[in-house]
Amino acid sequence: MFSYFIKRLLYALPIAIGVTVFVFSLVYMGGDPLDAVLPDDATAADVQEIKEIYGFDKPLPVQYIRWLGRAITGDFGTSIGTGLPVADELGRALVNTLILAICSALTGFPFAVFLGTLAGYNHGQRADKIVSGFAITGVSVPHYWLAIVMVIVFSVELNILPSLGMGPGGSEDWTLDWAHAKHLILPVIGGSIISMGIIARSMRAAVAEILNQEFVRALRSKGLSESRIAYHVMKNALPSILGVVGLEIGSLMGGSILIETIFSWPGAGFLLNEAIFRRDLPVLQGTILVLAMFFVILNLIVDISQTFVDKRIIRT
Amino acid sequence: MSANINKPRTYWQSVRSRLRRDPVTLTCAGIIIGIVLLSIFAPLIAPANPYDANMMKRLAPIGSPGYPLGADELGRDMLSRLIYGGRISLIMGLVPVFIALIIGASCGLVAGYVGGRTNMLIMRTMDIFYAFPSIMLAIAISGAIGAGIENGLLSLTLVFIPPITRVSETITVQIKSLDFIDAARASGASNSRIILSHIIVNALGPIFIYCTSLVSVSIIIASGLSFLGLGVSPPEADWGLMLSTLRQSIYVNPWVCALPGVMIFTTSLCFNLMSDGLRSAMDMKM
Repeated sequence: MFSYFIKRLLYALPIAIGVTVFVFSLVYMGGDPLDAVLPDDATAADVQEIKEIYGFDKPLPVQYIRWLGRAITGDFGTSIGTGLPVADELGRALVNTLILAICSALTGFPFAVFLGTLAGYNHGQRADKIVSGFAITGVSVPHYWLAIVMVIVFSVELNILPSLGMGPGGSEDWTLDWAHAKHLILPVIGGSIISMGIIARSMRAAVAEILNQEFVRALRSKGLSESRIAYHVMKNALPSILGVVGLEIGSLMGGSILIETIFSWPGAGFLLNEAIFRRDLPVLQGTILVLAMFFVILNLIVDISQTFVDKRIIRT
Repeated sequence: MSANINKPRTYWQSVRSRLRRDPVTLTCAGIIIGIVLLSIFAPLIAPANPYDANMMKRLAPIGSPGYPLGADELGRDMLSRLIYGGRISLIMGLVPVFIALIIGASCGLVAGYVGGRTNMLIMRTMDIFYAFPSIMLAIAISGAIGAGIENGLLSLTLVFIPPITRVSETITVQIKSLDFIDAARASGASNSRIILSHIIVNALGPIFIYCTSLVSVSIIIASGLSFLGLGVSPPEADWGLMLSTLRQSIYVNPWVCALPGVMIFTTSLCFNLMSDGLRSAMDMKM
């Protein structure tokens, strides 16, 4: 078991390094990174000076190592737009995105798991058809459009839910009360709808497949009660639940840009959107690096917890 | 299913007969063909010029005379813009998946067939891109290289290569382990012959079905890119961009503003339902 953890960790390492190389190269994909900051009338001497200050005069591998060294210690440079350290802005934004992701994961995901299980148990029957219909709608709907429609219905027409910000009067200090919770409702639904569809669909497939296996028939024929059988079914479905839920939590964090933009939710996605428009490359780079690393670590945790649940899944 | 023993059906005959009895899949295929035809023949079908602005008709409600689906924030006919909008949206949905299919399937076939170090190299490289949720990867690349159709197509293609490679690799490994491949090798078939006439023929169906479900993802992400201003630029008619510019007007005429999203949703839903239908007609597990 322990050697498996080490192996899994060693397997994640090259991926993490690959991710840093990719994120580092993002800055060079759009041409000379200094074009965005330099004024048009900058002289060649000015350009050279700026290059030296930022270290752009060094060869790429040296730049990468220096950038990586700083990034590991939490130094992502300074934002071109605000002049503040990227890490400060990003830290605040990540907390806000986490609030959104955790609320979605705690409300929408268990509900989706329940719906998927229900559909799997009633394979081919009416309950299955209704749930499957909802699930395929969930995976097909452009969630940013759904968010706008919800704003139209609940904010414009009915005027019962707020459509902007994360608290009354644009407050960014989040506390758990009704006034703040009201601001959460629409972003949580909009942000988690696709994930909920995906989770419900994979749960349905997993449960239906397990119910078809011989051991369930054996349990039934030996007279075990349905609730005890359900326990065995869920135990067998747990690795796939963990897998898909873990993946979708990652998507909630990384895919938050559209929802956060629509609801002006001051999270990492909102920051990313601003960074793209200001061509604020340090912010863009830092945000994407942190979100991707979060995803790598999440995958690692999911894989390891899957092996805890089911020892047979030790992967090579 | 009652099988007619005297006349055994070929695989594709039974797939076709299953599809014929699946009204949902047929309807979705019909709607998709309809949207494609509307886009191709947009200049003939659209009642008005999609770029003709009329300040007097700004945000005219649905059902206004001369503006059956209302008018947008610059007074342009919504119906015509929606018809024209399918052109870019469909291209952005289909082209990246198609290019990624060619590249990804080739990588997956090679990785799965050759195995060993080559497999490791290809699959571990793909794993790096798996560390990014697809929307984020598309936005990261588009955000870094800048807005525009070509850049959008490029970033979406890069998003879809890893999943297609992974699926193709899995399928190739499965087929490679079947007995008839051994039989072919024993009878002296060369590697290229085995790949071309045995593996590709059997792997392409499942890979293709997988790709039809990616088209829906591609349309949603592509419109999302336009929505963020990373796709086409105004005044071009594109569903995602229209949704984005009309968003400012939801307090004036909310339901006209929601229309472009209806088109994105319908197209993506039809691709997903069609993909599901094809999958069960071809009796495949993914």
